[in-house]
Amino acid sequence: MTTSLGEPNLIAVGFFTLFIVLSLAITVWASRRTRTADHFYTAGKSVTAWQNGLALAGDYMSAASFLGIAGLVALSGFDGLIYSIGFLVGWPIVTFLIAEPLRNMGRYTFVDVVAQRLRPRPIRIAASCGSLAVVAFYLIAQMVGAGNLVRLLFGMQYETAVVIVGVVMLAYVLFGGMTATTWVQIIKAVLLLGGATVLSLLVLARFHFNPLELFSEAAGKYGASVLAPGRQVTDPIDAVSLGLALMLGTAGLPHILMRFYTVRDAQTARTSVGYATAIIGFFYLLTFILGFGAMVIVGREAITKIDAGGNMAAPLLAEAVGGTPFLGFIAAVAFATILAVVAGLALSGAATLSHDLWVNVVRDGHAEEREQLRVAKTATVLLAIVAIALGIAFKGQNVAYMVGLAFAIAASANFPALVLSIFWKRLTTGGAQASMIIGTVSTLVLIYLSPTIQTDMFKHAAIFPLRNPGIVSIPLSFGVAILVSLMKPVADEQRKFAELERQLHLGAE
Amino acid sequence: MNPALTTTDKLKAVSAARWRVALSLTIVMMAVYFGFILLVAFRKPLLGTQLTDGLSLGMLLGALVIGVAWLVTLVYVRWANRHYDASLRELRR
Repeated sequence: MTTSLGEPNLIAVGFFTLFIVLSLAITVWASRRTRTADHFYTAGKSVTAWQNGLALAGDYMSAASFLGIAGLVALSGFDGLIYSIGFLVGWPIVTFLIAEPLRNMGRYTFVDVVAQRLRPRPIRIAASCGSLAVVAFYLIAQMVGAGNLVRLLFGMQYETAVVIVGVVMLAYVLFGGMTATTWVQIIKAVLLLGGATVLSLLVLARFHFNPLELFSEAAGKYGASVLAPGRQVTDPIDAVSLGLALMLGTAGLPHILMRFYTVRDAQTARTSVGYATAIIGFFYLLTFILGFGAMVIVGREAITKIDAGGNMAAPLLAEAVGGTPFLGFIAAVAFATILAVVAGLALSGAATLSHDLWVNVVRDGHAEEREQLRVAKTATVLLAIVAIALGIAFKGQNVAYMVGLAFAIAASANFPALVLSIFWKRLTTGGAQASMIIGTVSTLVLIYLSPTIQTDMFKHAAIFPLRNPGIVSIPLSFGVAILVSLMKPVADEQRKFAELERQLHLGAE
Repeated sequence: MNPALTTTDKLKAVSAARWRVALSLTIVMMAVYFGFILLVAFRKPLLGTQLTDGLSLGMLLGALVIGVAWLVTLVYVRWANRHYDASLRELRR
């Protein structure tokens, strides 16, 4: 099969330009409303449940899910689906345990909740380490992905693509704050869902709209093993460890948690996360069709010839069933997806730097409105520069494991402290602090010692046998929090828990 | 609710009910998901069993896990919209 991938595609460029023009127009409109720190971080709490549901889905459905999982399924069948499923199951946990208390107890970042009844300074400093680490690794994965993608999709230079993503993202966040970022997410989510749905329907049309016929054809072409767990699941404990990190990591991603502050009240937060779960689940079910569709219609050889990792499976499939114009549309959607996710990450990174570190640590909570906004915008510029630099520095590196690493840190550093601060009266400042620092450090050290770095990069035996550290680092982080808190109880912090219980349910009145 | 109870007691009751529902559903979701993951990890051949042409047990269970995630979310949102919110309205008065 011949493909026009890698050559400049006028339709792709056209669709993408349209997306940029539309999203920048929204940014101009949003910039007039973004006058205060509150608007910058939360869009004035004016986002509706449906809008936030779509924006949450937009923030979560990165290019890694669309291109990465479709490619993984196309190349290894069932094993790719483990990711589709793992990425969804964290959402009910967010709904049940996190969304409403977060909305009721915090202002701009999830750290507000942990810091509520504990000593704010040490908590903010420790929590910022975890948050920034998650944002940084997630950013690297997206930037490197963007560079490679655009080279393949549009035939553009890697560096040019990275700079474009950085600059456009900076425009959204700097001028439009949360309002612009939210609308970019909503538009992107609609485009991505629409594109993936049409693509799936075009695929299914060739199989009498019967998915089983598609799967059966895949089994006929590459053997029945594509429908069963295979090569990717070599170590059972590693599989469980990955599962843990995917499930609990979702509830610790700062850019996702930040979205619950953009709605009016806890009830809206709850409804919005319900919509998000429905949308994301639907999207991941489509990845079953897209992955197996690419396997059967495009064929594994043609996919790996373009990109060994399989990332081009979905675009190739679009070309095969819808021709060059549809490839152009899907390529533009994929680029828009990266752009939107990067914007969401930058905004949450800026909130950590300015709200958690500058305002609440350096200024001890006393900063004027204008200063808060100025610092937030400076932090955004800084992050854009860092993101571009990281994107270029990691050129050519295999960064596929970095999203997994981001999830593992989120699950080990952020999730335990957050959930214990909501549920457990005896949690102390020392306990939360230790949990967040040890969660971050242990995840980083274990990844460094794992086969992913030691064997794949340095070519020698790994000290730590697992590629996914979650099964060690998550219990360790919980254990440290509990142990330190019990060893040195703080009566005052326990008393405050009772006071906060009212706010947890009823909100700040 | 019994009018003789103080607001603090009522809040305690609302809080207890909310966490009872939330934690039960969390446990259901975790049990279903980790049940699936453990099967993937330790019972590979079983999941490869073809139920009908093109449908393996593993793929059916995988799709069902997504279905369960939807279901428990729906159950919680409906419960909270009806009962939890009503109790909170009463507390606010």
